[in-house]
Amino acid sequence: MQDAAIELVGVNKWFDTFHVLKDINLTVKSGEKVVICGPSGSGKSTVVRCINQLEKHQKGTIRVDGIELTDDAKSVATIRSEVGMVFQQFNLFPHLTVLENLTLGPIKARGLSRKEAEEKARHYLDRVHIPDQADKKPVQLSGGQQQRVAIARSLCMEPRVLLFDEPTSALDPEMISEVLDVMVELADEGMTMVVVTHEMGFARKVADKMIFMDAGEIVEEGNPEHFFTAPQSDRCRQFLSQILQH
Amino acid sequence: MKKLLMITPLLLLAGCSSSQTWGWYVIDPTKASGWTNVKFLISGMGATIQISLIAAVMSIVIGLLVALPGLSEKRGWRLLNRIYVEFVRAIPLLPMLFWVFYGLPIVFQSMGMNVPIDPFWGAIITLAVSDSAFTAEIYRAGIQSIARGQREAAQTIGLNYVQTMRYVILPQAIRRILPPLANQFIYIVKMSAFASVIGMQELTRRANELVVTEYRPLEIYTLLIFEYLILVLIISAGVRWLERRMGADERG
Repeated sequence: MQDAAIELVGVNKWFDTFHVLKDINLTVKSGEKVVICGPSGSGKSTVVRCINQLEKHQKGTIRVDGIELTDDAKSVATIRSEVGMVFQQFNLFPHLTVLENLTLGPIKARGLSRKEAEEKARHYLDRVHIPDQADKKPVQLSGGQQQRVAIARSLCMEPRVLLFDEPTSALDPEMISEVLDVMVELADEGMTMVVVTHEMGFARKVADKMIFMDAGEIVEEGNPEHFFTAPQSDRCRQFLSQILQH
Repeated sequence: MKKLLMITPLLLLAGCSSSQTWGWYVIDPTKASGWTNVKFLISGMGATIQISLIAAVMSIVIGLLVALPGLSEKRGWRLLNRIYVEFVRAIPLLPMLFWVFYGLPIVFQSMGMNVPIDPFWGAIITLAVSDSAFTAEIYRAGIQSIARGQREAAQTIGLNYVQTMRYVILPQAIRRILPPLANQFIYIVKMSAFASVIGMQELTRRANELVVTEYRPLEIYTLLIFEYLILVLIISAGVRWLERRMGADERG
């Protein structure tokens, strides 16, 4: 399976007059893991948010699974059902239990029965290693557990692609690894992933492709080995030396 | 001084029954005629409650329908919301009541429809519409107070707009919306007194009619005030109970 899961061609976006994305070209093949890094404000989150149309791009083409993203609500709905998203702030639904968080999408959007949805939910809770928290409310869980629930919630929709927008940035240091472990397992199972992160250890381990963004542009793109050992651009080299020196 | 101020009205009330100038007998339930009067006054309670309840429910529905376009990203929808809110909010209740009761049937007639508007529905429509401008603003603030990430998360698990509102946003917003909505309900109960001027037989109308025959305004209107007070206190208690229950829900 080497077809393009995600394709961005000449994508541009402005927030009013601020040019956040400049001619972004990016192809993510099915099963590929792409890690995007870069300084804050470089547009890396915006790229990911454009892929599932939480942000609208103004110029260029985005295709997910060959379907072009347009303003048409139907195409957006189709894309969203194919693309899962994990947020920096988890964004779990605080008024629902963990189990209800996981079954809401499958029941309401996919039309599964409650029983089917709950089976699926328990299966994925198992996979993110928190089988015993199903009946708790999100606030009763630690940050790491909440993020793993959020990952399970995305998985319950059985997406073809999972997007991660700085999934560990809001976590206490001791909880980062439990989330990264789950992500590594997903990667090993062949999930197509686009991950915005500063966790370079994780990137080295799973990335097929590294992307460095700065000021709305893709400055550098390459396989991890090349990327970490011999970055081409000064900006990338400088960025890497800053985040890797600790 | 403060104490004296507080005690004075009580003394007045207590002293009244024995005084020549006050006539509490008119609503004295131990006397046959007084009891008849009290029953007559209280019999308006049903209409007041019905009008207020139906108007409040309508206002809650209309308010939500008005609030949603106000939250749209599209300017046209937001403008529609603004126009409704600003316009309706600017109309005093009594003129609107006259317009609905005396004017609206003529509008219908001119369109070839025969829609009679009785005092009951005239009052309800007026109260509901007038209040909906305020409920709409309460909804808007409540919904906007829910973090954007909640809506985004709902979208990414495939929920459409209605589902997102129904299952994710409103259940969270309702806890913040409920106390100000309760205020609005109390407002409706009090404003329902205006229905008396178009002949609706509710609490205030009953009091007015009794005053005309008995000519005891102080005693009768005092009782009237206490009737509203009791209604409002019951609503307050109910809302506090509801809030506690929802709060308990939240903690799971």
